[in-house]
Amino acid sequence: MGKSCKWIFTQPQKELDAAQQFLLAPAAFRRGKNWPAVAVTALTGTRIRERRLLIGLSQADLARAAGISSSYLNLIEHNRRRIGGKLLVTLARALKVDPSHLSEGAGSELMGRLREAAATHPDIAVETARIEEFVGRFPGWSALLATQQQQGAELERRVAALADRLGHDPLLSAALHELLSRVAAIRSTASILADSPDLEQVWRDRFQRNLESDSARLAETSEGLVRFLDSPGETAPAVATPQDELHHFLAARGFRVAELEGGDQSLVEGLISGAVELRSAAGQALARDHLLAYAADAARLPLPGFLERAREMRLDPLKLARAHGLPLQMIMRRLASLPETETRGRIGLVVCDGAGALTFAKPPRDLSLPRHAPACALWPVFAALRAPGTPLRALVKRAGGEGQGLVSYSVAEVMRPDGFDGPEVVRAYMLLVPAALADVPPGPAEPVGGTCRLCPRADCPARREPSILSDGFDSESLTRNIGRQ
Amino acid sequence: MGHHVLLIEDEPNIVEAVRFILSRDGWKVSCHSDGASAVEAVARINPDVVVLDVMLPNRSGFDILRDLRGDSATAGVPVLMLTAKGQTKDRERAEMLGATAFMTKPFSNAEVLARLHMLVAP
Repeated sequence: MGKSCKWIFTQPQKELDAAQQFLLAPAAFRRGKNWPAVAVTALTGTRIRERRLLIGLSQADLARAAGISSSYLNLIEHNRRRIGGKLLVTLARALKVDPSHLSEGAGSELMGRLREAAATHPDIAVETARIEEFVGRFPGWSALLATQQQQGAELERRVAALADRLGHDPLLSAALHELLSRVAAIRSTASILADSPDLEQVWRDRFQRNLESDSARLAETSEGLVRFLDSPGETAPAVATPQDELHHFLAARGFRVAELEGGDQSLVEGLISGAVELRSAAGQALARDHLLAYAADAARLPLPGFLERAREMRLDPLKLARAHGLPLQMIMRRLASLPETETRGRIGLVVCDGAGALTFAKPPRDLSLPRHAPACALWPVFAALRAPGTPLRALVKRAGGEGQGLVSYSVAEVMRPDGFDGPEVVRAYMLLVPAALADVPPGPAEPVGGTCRLCPRADCPARREPSILSDGFDSESLTRNIGRQ
Repeated sequence: MGHHVLLIEDEPNIVEAVRFILSRDGWKVSCHSDGASAVEAVARINPDVVVLDVMLPNRSGFDILRDLRGDSATAGVPVLMLTAKGQTKDRERAEMLGATAFMTKPFSNAEVLARLHMLVAP
């Protein structure tokens, strides 16, 4: 027996009479009367009576089945006698319901939901004071209403979560920004072409090429967004390529996967399945390869010892490779995964294939690495492609930038994954260490950029297209740059 | 040569188009694409007005704006912030950090010119 039921039967008789009057009074009369609080306490007796009438039992039959007198049952049904324990169980069995349906506790959760429902519509004059009576008399309707209230609340939570996701999901935000940037570029460029009938041909061609490239990227981004918005689950929006997915995944972790520092490759699948950034099978496959190599590297080069040695050798990958007797590429990957707080500077790493396409790019602090455009042809990593197996060291700095620049260490490896008769596959690595942390090679730093269009180096011998950052803006400077080729 | 505008934006085709229309309108245009060195670029170039994108490589436009407003040398330069349409929170954040004006992508060329003229008007 619950508290409230006990409370009922410890109240003065006068108040209990009021409860009875409340229950027995015509509805129209009840609405106009200011009933005392006691009239709305849990009414187990009322539920017993309602149930008995529902299944067509007479009071005498039920009393007989329960082994009590009809007059005593009458007192119970009118909430004038306390009931609980064995008698409640016996009555419930006779009424073919679970005892909890008769006790006050059974309805407490239900009543809570109904109160919530009433609170969500304060403009409707819900008879909250009669909630227990309602539950007792109409358990089916009460359950239906409470279920609908619960479903409504769940839907509201879901809508709020989705709204929050739309507003704060960094990947979705980036995808939307990308889409709107493409639209902005297309709109602006199209206006120039439409509003400038006298536009020089060289500019007209250039803007038309821009329109074409923007349209293609707009299509890619739009498809990714549509896939994302169509997906029922909590998957991340598609970014342009599987490489982008891997980049986002790693960038979100600072290019460091702390979970794999113990070298346990069995953790890789869990990391992939839990990553919202890795939504495509291709992106997951790329991540799998990367993470398995990461774990293997960590197993061979545990962090504390490697970090200490790396500091001693001023982050020189060749010296470290010799000291550990391990491949230079592995040392480079490991150096790029060191915590920035420990190395006191951000170490970048670029990996490209034999065609010069970047397959991995962790940017250092002072150099932007392009994700969708051809990279600067002056990067030493491309020189390494021409001399596989030969380590190269060079001092580079961002064209137009200040500071000491970066020491680059590059090497290319040649593989035949399919055996002697298979195709030759080349992969090149370039580690970029802030010059302040490394032994700097003699000679001036070579100015390099991210990609030609965003590089201000005016006299670049390797420029493949004019920069939009060059001084002046006229067709002469444009043709001069192109004519160099 | 007219007023000097520094465009901090990493989308090359936007930079090219906006630079074209501003140059044709008589503005001196400088461009910068990297977030990490953007504050230094503003201090060095000392433009009359800055157009600043929210999303940039290596550093967000919000962080750049905060630093610009925190440095007495750049605190007074008008900043036209480029935010994405519908991203109300971006606009609110930019406003809180001291952006002088806003423009949402996608924008029209006429809108760019009108906003910038307004910002440099005596």
